[in-house]
Amino acid sequence: MSQHSSHTTGSTHDHGDHLECGHILPMRVYRLVLGALLVLTFITVLFSEKAGVFHFGNGALVVAMLVASAKAILVALFFMHLKYENPLTWLYAAFPIILIGFFLGGIFIDNPFRIDPKTMQPMLYESKTTNAPPAGEAHH
Amino acid sequence: MSSPTSSAEVYQGPPHVHHMDPVTAYGAAKLGMWLFLATEILLFAGLFVAFAIYRWMYLGEFHDASLNLNWKLGTFNTIVLLISSYFAAVAVDAAQHADNKKVSRCLMITIACGAIFLVVKYIEYSAKYQHGLFPQFGGPNGIEFERYKSYFGLYYCMTGLHGLHVILGMGLLFWALRKAQKNRFSAAYYTPVEIGALYWHLVDLIWIYLFPLLYLVG
Repeated sequence: MSQHSSHTTGSTHDHGDHLECGHILPMRVYRLVLGALLVLTFITVLFSEKAGVFHFGNGALVVAMLVASAKAILVALFFMHLKYENPLTWLYAAFPIILIGFFLGGIFIDNPFRIDPKTMQPMLYESKTTNAPPAGEAHH
Repeated sequence: MSSPTSSAEVYQGPPHVHHMDPVTAYGAAKLGMWLFLATEILLFAGLFVAFAIYRWMYLGEFHDASLNLNWKLGTFNTIVLLISSYFAAVAVDAAQHADNKKVSRCLMITIACGAIFLVVKYIEYSAKYQHGLFPQFGGPNGIEFERYKSYFGLYYCMTGLHGLHVILGMGLLFWALRKAQKNRFSAAYYTPVEIGALYWHLVDLIWIYLFPLLYLVG
């Protein structure tokens, strides 16, 4: 290249810009992302039903999935450099997420209306937890 | 052709890479990896959907069964995997700066974290085995297990498949580590580190969802 003889400031640029493949991020970004991931893990434990101090009941699942998604987005955007990728890579990253969305969405629409063909009852079974014995054994 | 390790010429990848320019080769390899990761996400998607259906049907059983998991060990493993992912990302950065020694160091830490993860998983699995919570009828407390079997079937499928990915990821990173020890990487060529790290991040991504689903929410 003709620019090769011109003076470059950095010693790492001696083979020309056309060979710089990926995106180089400042180290600070990786440290901040790791810190955020650890804080979010702490939050998800803190808000959980089993180990946490704040209890939301059924909301715990929603909180856990929202926090997990925030962590996944951080890992994908910065650790996997998705933020700096071309549109085709974004498409490859997005299509399984969209398919899972359709899949889970269909499940949540379908489930409340499911009927067990044996009993003709809704598929949502009565919980047989250790604290509450099954309905059939309650009279024994 | 001078040897790859000579300082006079920057190594630009294996011979087949020279059929196209290095940037195109790097872009094609990375795009192929992203497509593969998409199929991996869909593979796990089936299990996540199965978990959603069975959790809906057996909410109380899933809650009870999940109480058998040790959330402290799960949290520990989550932190180990997050740190390993950080070092995988730093390894790519070091490769971009042609610091092969730092690449080796970071990849060794990442692989070691993977090993720690597997050891903790082994401890958890053997505790489940001792309590009779394994995918087979009639364990030590087989009647109890009848109610738990959909939960533990999914637990072993999901964590087992994930564990398999941890082992494969460690192998992939070991392959990149061997290349780093031969001083192969520079800003012109670091595809194996990038590909290995992408795979490792996927392993981390899946665990990010598995951990709260199995250990915390139940």
